[in-house]
Amino acid sequence: MTTKKIRSHQHLKEAARRAQKVRQKYRCRALICMTGCRALGAADIAAAFKEKLVAAKLNKEVAVVETGCIGLCARAPVVLIEPYEYLYGGVKPGDVDEIIETTIRNGKPVESLVGVEDGNALPKIDQVGFYKAQHKAVLENCGRIDPKRIEDAIARGCYEAEAKALCTMAPEEVIEEVTKADLRGRGGAGFPTGLKWSFCRKSPGDEKYLICNADEGDPGAFMDRALKEGDPHRVIEGMTIAAYAIGAANGFVYVRAEYPIAVEHIGIALDQAREYGLLGKNILGSGFDFDIEVRIGAGAFVCGEETALIASLEGKRGMPRPRPPFPAQKGYHGKPTNINNVETFANVPLIINKGAKLYSSVGTDGGKGTKIFALAGKVNNTGLVEVPMGATLRQIVFDVGGGIPDGGKFKAAQMGGPSGGCVPGQFLDLGIDYDSVKDIGAIMGSGGLIVMDESTCMVDVARYFLQFVQSESCGKCTPCRVGAKEMLHILDAICEGRAAIEDLNRLERLADHVGKASLCGLGQTAPNPVMTTLRYFKNEYQDHIERNQCPAFVCSTMLSFHIDPDRCTGCGACARACPVEAIAGEKKKTHVIDGGICIRCGACLGACPPQFAAVYRRSGKLTKREKQKKPRSKS
Amino acid sequence: MQSDRNAPLDKTAALEICRSMGQITSDSLIPILQQIQDSYGYLPAEILFEVSRQTGLHVNHMFGVATFYEQFHLEPRGRHTIKCCRGTACHVRGGREIANTLKRQLGVEEGCTTADMRFTFETVACLGTCFLAPVMMVNNDYYGNVASSRIKSILEKYK
Ligand SMILES: Cc1cc2nc3c(=O)[nH]c(=O)nc-3n(C[C@H](O)[C@H](O)[C@H](O)COP(=O)(O)O)c2cc1C
Ligand code: SF4
Ligand code: FES
Repeated sequence: MTTKKIRSHQHLKEAARRAQKVRQKYRCRALICMTGCRALGAADIAAAFKEKLVAAKLNKEVAVVETGCIGLCARAPVVLIEPYEYLYGGVKPGDVDEIIETTIRNGKPVESLVGVEDGNALPKIDQVGFYKAQHKAVLENCGRIDPKRIEDAIARGCYEAEAKALCTMAPEEVIEEVTKADLRGRGGAGFPTGLKWSFCRKSPGDEKYLICNADEGDPGAFMDRALKEGDPHRVIEGMTIAAYAIGAANGFVYVRAEYPIAVEHIGIALDQAREYGLLGKNILGSGFDFDIEVRIGAGAFVCGEETALIASLEGKRGMPRPRPPFPAQKGYHGKPTNINNVETFANVPLIINKGAKLYSSVGTDGGKGTKIFALAGKVNNTGLVEVPMGATLRQIVFDVGGGIPDGGKFKAAQMGGPSGGCVPGQFLDLGIDYDSVKDIGAIMGSGGLIVMDESTCMVDVARYFLQFVQSESCGKCTPCRVGAKEMLHILDAICEGRAAIEDLNRLERLADHVGKASLCGLGQTAPNPVMTTLRYFKNEYQDHIERNQCPAFVCSTMLSFHIDPDRCTGCGACARACPVEAIAGEKKKTHVIDGGICIRCGACLGACPPQFAAVYRRSGKLTKREKQKKPRSKS
Repeated sequence: MQSDRNAPLDKTAALEICRSMGQITSDSLIPILQQIQDSYGYLPAEILFEVSRQTGLHVNHMFGVATFYEQFHLEPRGRHTIKCCRGTACHVRGGREIANTLKRQLGVEEGCTTADMRFTFETVACLGTCFLAPVMMVNNDYYGNVASSRIKSILEKYK
């Protein structure tokens, strides 16, 4: 065990060279995403590769590497073959034989598995639009290494920055470098990281703590998950540098329980880092001691808020408390504590390695470096995306994301989750950074980016987020506990066609109160989704209230399903699909939907064969025939 | 899991968990509750009283914490746990209809267990697999791009 310990910066360099040599023994590497893609059977593919490479006597020259997220989750399960850089999606264990024969033996791409854009096959990863428009920096190792093997990380230069900081820089110099780089917190609020560290360093007391906020409770966000799963050593390295800078001897990673793979990978990475002397006592012979403990969240969104998170670590109900005192003054058990997001820590090694100047040459005045987004919703290439700060929504949604599926039209992008807002199409060309997004009423947030098209009802989205906030409110302060609920009642009424136009004023007044008077960020930002949709999509609110109409056909009480008698052939497919037997009609005779029984699930619409397309839906005013509720004949 | 609800529970596992925690501080409470729940499937009241006797942690405090966090359950759970995602990505791709269909087919509201103890039905904020939206999970199996019409056959796999 002791033989593995790395005792100096020089020693680390040698270890990296050794690890690179081991890597070079293999002429080819099959990289298989074993994190997100595990949900779609990646484990079977990896097993097939291992078995078949042995059978083909290739296992000495071809490595099978189980990696973190390669990025293009839309085509999961994904396999990347180095050195050819061929990217395969939708791979099945049955495809492995062909990959071995065509690619591994003959260096040619397997046509049936490569991506296609505008009719052109694009076998190589750097040809695919999804990757071309990205700028991989923080994610440089994610999807390229086996996160369960520290040697892989070291071979790619991991821990180099830790060695540089601990062995050659004073803590103040580290803080100065991070301050000059203008790194801002990636957890949502965008607070300057260097400044936060210097507060904590200057705070009196010898016992200080460092916390990595890996709670990622924002629905629709999976960036931190990917980092923890795919490159945990980078996070540990960033934390160790931060601990050195502020003078902390103990740290925590607070991970949410819904991420079992992340918990597993961080645990393995911590053990290995300790074994290699990169964590623990006398790190890299520098005399600096630091260790990290993993704590698993117990399922409360509000515990992502820093003071609530600290309460939860202390074994209490996770309720926020007023600040000041800030955690840097009085945090974990009253001691000065510094808390940062996973991605913030993952940026730190880049700054130390490259220097503040080079680091901050990427980005804009409103944000330096890159930002990772979790691209999801109504977009073709859902997945993990890293772009320079200042990239436009159009670049992210169309160049990287490949546009909207099924010929849909872009309507809005939701950024920042329940604290954020909906950014409409008119801002597609706005460069995205902390300041620009704030100006239009949303927030950068942690990086969840959910694309919405014409089939998304913006009133329903606002209601959705309020429902979320209201159920996650810890209940400590009245504006959030009661105010959010009142706002939700109004939105319920709007979505169900029970509201009057004056309710919009009440809604805005309430939003103002809740935002101003709530104790923590959850309540303070809760009105954002409502306010942005009111600002940019007021017409949809008006349609709901004045015309009893949901233009996106989402709000079910305003919806009705009908069968066009001229098109119905009485095949009965709809009646069989209906879960509540609301459709009556004899065989080969026109069927009718009983609006009183119908629960508006839309099953009949999907079931009606496209050549007949007799079922249709309606929102708003009904024709005379549509109004009649009772079926003409009962079966 | 529990064949007879009234039979006294075996406390050995709980005692072992308390012992393995070493020095007990207020910090230990949530990890203890997590391990008790892993071991018993839920947090039985009689076990919590025992844990309190062993550790000196206040029962009052224990229930306060257990009821605050969504992860903890004070009632026995079904043999299989269904988690239906209500995250944003799933919502815009029809997640609500999936949850409604599950509710209808199981005949229970979210957070509840079917009378035959076969399923516990929950909704969660995000399963972190938004690219598969809408997503549901049964135990540790993910089901992505779920359509309402598939739910019946999914549930049939779990007896
Ligand atoms: C309700 C609420 C939830 C939050 N959730 C998270 C989270 O999941 N992850 C995170 O890093 N920060 C979250 N934050 C922000 C943290 O309070 C804190 O600002 C952040 O961890 C600081 O790290 P940074 O400076 O590196 O961004 C949340 C804040 C609020 C108010
Ligand atoms: S704003 Fe809401 S979540 Fe925050 S402390 Fe008040 S009640 Fe709790
Ligand atoms: S929103 Fe459903 S998995 Fe993330």
